Amino acid sequence: MSSTPVRLADVVPFSWVDGPGNRFVVFTQGCPFDCLACHNPETIPPHPPGTRHQTVAGLLTEIRLAEPYLQGVTVSGGEATAQWRFVRDLFRAVRADPRLRRLTTYVDTNGHALPRVWDALLPVTDGFMVDLKALDPDVHRRLTGRGNGLVLDSIRYLHDRNRLAEVRLLLVPGHNDSADQLERTAAWLAALDPEVRVVVIGFRRHGVRLEFSGTPEATPELLARAREALEDAGLRNVVTV
Amino acid sequence: MELLELRRQARAVIDDPALTYRQRVHRLAAIAENALEPPPVSAECAEALEKRVVCDLYEGNAPYRPRYVLPDYAVLLERGSSFLELAPARDLDEALAHLLIAYTQVPSITGYPVWLGDLDALLEPYAADVDDAELQRRLRLFWISLDRMLPDAFTHANLGPRDTRVGRTALRLERELLQVVPNLSLKVDPELTPDDLVRDAVETVFACGQPHFVNHPMMIAGLGPAYGVASCYNSLPAGGGSHTLVRLNLAEVALRHQGSRATFLDELLPHYVELTAELMQARILHLVEEARFFEHSWLVGDGLLSLDRYTAMFGVFGLAEAVARVLEHEGTPGSYGHDPAADQLAHEILERVAELVATRPMPYCEGSGGRALLHSQSGIDSDLGVTAGCRVPVGDEPALLEHLRTVTPNHALFPAGISDVLAFDETTRRNPEAVVDVIRGAFRTGMRDFTFNLDSNDFIRITGYLVRKSDLAKIERGARHDSTFLGAGSVAQSHVDRRAPKRVVADELDAGPAR
Ligand code: SF4
Repeated sequence: MSSTPVRLADVVPFSWVDGPGNRFVVFTQGCPFDCLACHNPETIPPHPPGTRHQTVAGLLTEIRLAEPYLQGVTVSGGEATAQWRFVRDLFRAVRADPRLRRLTTYVDTNGHALPRVWDALLPVTDGFMVDLKALDPDVHRRLTGRGNGLVLDSIRYLHDRNRLAEVRLLLVPGHNDSADQLERTAAWLAALDPEVRVVVIGFRRHGVRLEFSGTPEATPELLARAREALEDAGLRNVVTV
Repeated sequence: MELLELRRQARAVIDDPALTYRQRVHRLAAIAENALEPPPVSAECAEALEKRVVCDLYEGNAPYRPRYVLPDYAVLLERGSSFLELAPARDLDEALAHLLIAYTQVPSITGYPVWLGDLDALLEPYAADVDDAELQRRLRLFWISLDRMLPDAFTHANLGPRDTRVGRTALRLERELLQVVPNLSLKVDPELTPDDLVRDAVETVFACGQPHFVNHPMMIAGLGPAYGVASCYNSLPAGGGSHTLVRLNLAEVALRHQGSRATFLDELLPHYVELTAELMQARILHLVEEARFFEHSWLVGDGLLSLDRYTAMFGVFGLAEAVARVLEHEGTPGSYGHDPAADQLAHEILERVAELVATRPMPYCEGSGGRALLHSQSGIDSDLGVTAGCRVPVGDEPALLEHLRTVTPNHALFPAGISDVLAFDETTRRNPEAVVDVIRGAFRTGMRDFTFNLDSNDFIRITGYLVRKSDLAKIERGARHDSTFLGAGSVAQSHVDRRAPKRVVADELDAGPAR
């Protein structure tokens, strides 16, 4: 299992934006979505030239160097679950290592995975941070190239098992920011659990593909409006970024 | 000094419209002191001093008070002082008044006390029957008094390692008042200091660049349980202090280097370490035997200070340049913070200096076993092209993890403080917990003390002290805090204001008259 390979986009020894505290983050290469608003479109193709190959054992060596300063390890993407065997084996290894076992394990995911993937990851993962690109299936398809049936199921599935750390909403002006969509998203999340942590992220042009760089950025007013809609629906744990 | 020159200097001070009355008095005293001959040393030592290989940091030619005085203020509160005609303090008001009175009577090089004590531990017993609002009100007045009465950023208060109401209130006041004074350190002990207090301190750094973080168990191992962090992060025995701080410029030593690494480590270094020690010794003997400070100071008479708690500080700086030079001579160029071979050599140099200092007897240093204590000296504003202490050069720092891994192994060698500065970017503000993780990790791996900087408040860290950017901007019209003048020199010379992201550079005080 220490030889389980992974296709990597990048590794960051210290990150302050990928879960609680200071975290070692592995960005995997490849994503089944093709989001118009993707900030790292180069991580979407599964096998671009120059992809870095690494193994669980190799990553453990890197994690050990950073360990004293870490609260945990996060696997992000691309899409982490597209290489779920790697995620499972990495987290298993972290938990089996006497020095690393104090670290928490998080997955940052677009939620597009089957229950059997979550079942494989649940025993070794402390929290999942799931993107909800849009509640409306058509909007979702327009934004990501795929429907959101699996995503909504995943959010419920992980919440039922107490491992849903947060739901992330990326607000893209002109696409998923209408009052009506915000309201329905808020109601859906509140029905799931008023305590669920919801992180609202405003769209920024930085990094996105040329075709999409004409889209306006999210304004502070939009973020405030979204926050209000979410809180009005009864959600008590809303953070805007 | 020629009489004419003396007159010229005195005139310049008296006519300088940018100085307050007190600043004039202080500078005039320095001119008078420096009219005397310095304590005698060998010709070789005098030359090293003149060439700035060895530097006494402008302490003055005739030491008549120790460089760092860390009085045991608990003695004052518990027993009172016959010199100050004060009875033991009975309540919070008396404790605060006693402290303020005593601070104005503590001698120092800058004219202001460099250590205010472990304020939370001192005051907590008196705070028990005072409610929160009242505690906040009284400490607020006290905090404002410190900044207005002791306007010098070297004035340093300590908090921790325990969580107290006084400590929490002090942090809140720091965030609210945004003062330059006091400089602040938090002692952190994994057993005694809760994460929540460290986090509170981190949020305080976001607001005003304070406090500095100190590895309490590591300090105790080197200095014993009673210690303080004074001035620019000088850790010393409390109830004592340091007679002097003389520093060796490793970059200058390396400029005189030819040949192999062994020559540098086994011939050049021992030679210059000895010249530095000689100067320290001469200054200590003057202070103790000629000026007889410990025989007449009220602090000694009233039991707040004792000679047997005293030590002396052996400072080093310019490590990065020394490493580059020695490697160049070996034909394998490399730079500290970026090449493992350079980091390795840096550690070897420091280990050698530490060993030499630890075997060189030093008079009147019973506070540290009759030897001087090694200190990584953070520089002064006249240092050009030389890196402060054992830091990686400003602007050249590697990513945070590499930075930590480069400097951490050196921290064990510096019982009198090393004070590295870590740069954190803006994303930290949303995740203070991440900073707590880094602090815990830094201490777990053996860092002794450090500060971190964010670019986005009004403060700029010069060495171990802060000045306000807004004060620097109006320096031509004078400044209420003495240290702002030093800051202006540092900013002009080493571009500390242009570091990206902001990093604490260093500086010690310069009591020189020609400012
Ligand atoms: S799910 Fe994330 S990584 Fe994948 S395309 Fe969308 S934004 Fe990019």
